[in-house]
Amino acid sequence: MEALEQIKARLGAALPLTKLDILPNECSGGERSLLVEPGRAFDVAKFLRDDAQLKLDYCSNVTGIDWPEAKIKTKVTKKVLVEGVEKEVEEIVETLRSGHLEVVYHLYSMELQHGPIVLRLRTENRADKTHLPSLTPVWRGAEFQEREVYDLYGVIFDGHPDLRRILMWDEFVGFPMRRDYVAPDDFEYEPTPHDEVLAEAKKHYPTTEVKA
Amino acid sequence: MIDEGLKNELQKQGVCVTSLQELYNWGRANSVWPLTFGLACCAIEMMAASMARFDLARFGAEVFRPSPRQADLMIVAGTVTKKMAPLVVRLYNQMPEPKYVIAMGSCAISGGPFKQGYNVLKGIDRYIPVDVAIPGCPPRPEALIHAIMKLQEKILNQKLTGPDRPRHLNADMEGEYPVPAYGKHDLEPPKNPEVWQPPAIKR
Repeated sequence: MEALEQIKARLGAALPLTKLDILPNECSGGERSLLVEPGRAFDVAKFLRDDAQLKLDYCSNVTGIDWPEAKIKTKVTKKVLVEGVEKEVEEIVETLRSGHLEVVYHLYSMELQHGPIVLRLRTENRADKTHLPSLTPVWRGAEFQEREVYDLYGVIFDGHPDLRRILMWDEFVGFPMRRDYVAPDDFEYEPTPHDEVLAEAKKHYPTTEVKA
Repeated sequence: MIDEGLKNELQKQGVCVTSLQELYNWGRANSVWPLTFGLACCAIEMMAASMARFDLARFGAEVFRPSPRQADLMIVAGTVTKKMAPLVVRLYNQMPEPKYVIAMGSCAISGGPFKQGYNVLKGIDRYIPVDVAIPGCPPRPEALIHAIMKLQEKILNQKLTGPDRPRHLNADMEGEYPVPAYGKHDLEPPKNPEVWQPPAIKR
């Protein structure tokens, strides 16, 4: 399979894209991914599926990631003049990362026996602008998995044929896999509590007076 | 009541003496028909228990019934999710008395490894009465057979009259258990306080 840079260049030539990035991956596998703007995601998906050299006809996995707002600390080395001498000083810079939801597609080609290509889409924020285009019309197998991402993360897939909850019951409110989801407090009986559960269970401990 | 020694003596002479209670319980204990009903991997062990190697038929419990109307025993084999729990309670309600429940595996007992999840019930005993609980993840077929033997023991020792007679012989006892409803985050109610109260833990 051709390199990700080459795919990116061909995509840029074939489609009028404003944003198409290759995201690095610091993990041991080092699988890099393509970050696509949501507005063009459908066309990009079609290109990847129909292109003669790629033929990514199989979407093996769709998953979601929740990125809450966070302060990210990065070390920056600066050159500062100290008493007329230039010195390198390390500074910690805090940047605010805006929260968003991410959907990851893992694509393979059954016909050409290669892959994966990892495709990532990001929503604008986590509150009201959580719409992304559905890629179910491109890969039929993404239907249930997109429903699952909707169910657990709250990403709304425009163009999905049947977008409703799949794992949780219909009356359920909220999205349980989000980092800020608060599960119901049912820790009244914890025989062996530990860590976070211990903190939750202690709220249910009987308040008894300690006699000296 | 007949004297045990006399009974044994008579049996040696070829005279069988019994009480209606013993006969009735003997019949019930040796034909406990379970409901065909599995929720997760424990069900695989349950199937294995009913197959040739472990042969649940030796205990009269091999006739897995496809309908709750014909079943005596519900083996809750596997993780009970909050989405599934109302259906389990409804199936239990549909079973005719006398009926028994085996909670098979850690999940059915307490939620098991999924206990702290947002979607798993912390034990089926929060909604229906459990007669025998088998720990294990999943329990071996031998453990299920042991549970069925324990259940047979319980059935054999049940008294048909008196204040501690079983539920199906006591018209004052409620036979049906309330089916929980799907709530916004949890089942409503999250437990049936008449069946389950959090046990006191010494701390």
